[in-house]
Amino acid sequence: MTSFDRDRTPSRRHFLKQGSLIGGMAVTYPAWAAAVVDLGLPGGPSQRALTGGFPQKGPMILQRSRAPMLETPFETFDRGVFTPNDRFFVRWHWADIPEAVDVAAFKVAVRGHVNTPLSLSMADLLKMPRVDLAAVNQCSGNSRGYFQPRVAGGQWGNGAMGNARWTGVRLRDVLDRAGIKSGAVAVRFNGLDQPTADTAPDFIKSLDIEHARDGEVMLAFEMNGEQLPLLNGFPLRLIVPGWYATYWVKMLNDIEVLDAPDKNFWMAAAYRIPDTPQANVAPGQTGFKTVPINRMVPRSFFTNVADKATVKSGAALPLRGIAFGGDCGVAAVEVSADQGKSWKKATLGRDAGAYSFRQWTTQLARPRSGKLTLQVRCTNTKGEVQPGEPNWNGSGFMRNVIEQVELTIA
Amino acid sequence: MTPTGKSVVGIGAFMLALGVLAGLDARPISAAEKSTVTANGVTLHSVSTKFPDPGRLFPGGSSADAINNNCLACHSIGMVLTQPKMSRAEWQAEVNKMRNTYKAPVADADVPAIVDYLANIAVGK
Repeated sequence: MTSFDRDRTPSRRHFLKQGSLIGGMAVTYPAWAAAVVDLGLPGGPSQRALTGGFPQKGPMILQRSRAPMLETPFETFDRGVFTPNDRFFVRWHWADIPEAVDVAAFKVAVRGHVNTPLSLSMADLLKMPRVDLAAVNQCSGNSRGYFQPRVAGGQWGNGAMGNARWTGVRLRDVLDRAGIKSGAVAVRFNGLDQPTADTAPDFIKSLDIEHARDGEVMLAFEMNGEQLPLLNGFPLRLIVPGWYATYWVKMLNDIEVLDAPDKNFWMAAAYRIPDTPQANVAPGQTGFKTVPINRMVPRSFFTNVADKATVKSGAALPLRGIAFGGDCGVAAVEVSADQGKSWKKATLGRDAGAYSFRQWTTQLARPRSGKLTLQVRCTNTKGEVQPGEPNWNGSGFMRNVIEQVELTIA
Repeated sequence: MTPTGKSVVGIGAFMLALGVLAGLDARPISAAEKSTVTANGVTLHSVSTKFPDPGRLFPGGSSADAINNNCLACHSIGMVLTQPKMSRAEWQAEVNKMRNTYKAPVADADVPAIVDYLANIAVGK
């Protein structure tokens, strides 16, 4: 679809218009970077620069340079279900991040409520039984910029997500090698990144012991068949299939088995959601119970037509996109051209696993000239379907409303 | 801040957002960088990179002195200037969170000027 490329790919002409404002600015940048992306955030600010300035990364939407927050340009998702490593989104909390890692010297500790504390090298891990798994990694606040009323935080469009084939070892195997003592209740994970302010809370996350030992949670040393980009957690990253990315600790160098619930800030105060259906509350509402954010919920997107695009009349309109079930597979993807009165089932692409993106395709027969609103919704294998109304919470977490695009048929 | 000052913040944010597009420094390859680990068909190569220097100040001249002097040690300006329109009370809450929760070493005397600056950011396109 050329309509997609025309409308969502950053426009050089658009840049040149902006360029009149910045004449004489003493910066140089590659030609491809001469662009801004408009994320369509209600009320703005909506424009972001594309940047190629980050190591091992192609052009990315710049949300913040330090600590890095880089969004995947959405057209990337039209190219297939696996997100290329050099376009995979990046999000760090603290800016003290190693710029170099000596893979021969790197060690991950396994300690705490265990029989035999370990210090495992990458060679040790490479020699253990190996597993691989396709899984979506999605920021808790992906799409936060579309919340209304707007909420503070990283103002992401829909590109704070990606799907990769992760290769590594089972966390269970690593824990069994150390031997978990009876009475263990949780496992806590830390990486090489450090707070920039003294006494500030280090970014650490934990999982219940049963979850940590479920045989699916992994330590990954490869992503799409290559070592991880440094900014995505090289040399080792925790993979928590079906759960939000906050748990997927990067540059993982410490695994601590706990004999009491984790009360650390990043579990007890941050990344909490209302304990309500769809983590939904009314703006201004108080007094609700909260729980740590956890499993993901189903989503689906158009990838070959962008909102506000113009497409040619008089021909069938092919439609294509991606979907994921959250913490289980995709049962169905449906498209509506009549504001949800009727839904047409799309054809699902190859199944790369329950936690993966899945491509869908369908076709609309000769849409009439004029405005056309299309919606897409995913139903997962647990029977959950995306809601027609957006959820709201003050943190901007877990958006999964049915997506729509408004097209002009001309 | 004057209306003119506000528009300077808006345009300046965009101008400075482009500043990070400058390329990376070339660096000599260290011994550690050459090290690898190989086992069972996978080879991992050590990595030595350099993150781009944000090199950017909050625009606005002296009105930005307090925020520039206190906030850039922990984070760059980008995410601050892309927030939606927020009230003075909401910005005050953000500054309080940075100080109390994230332990930003901001002197009491500088807080009003930081909140003033934030509450006057022009939210443009």
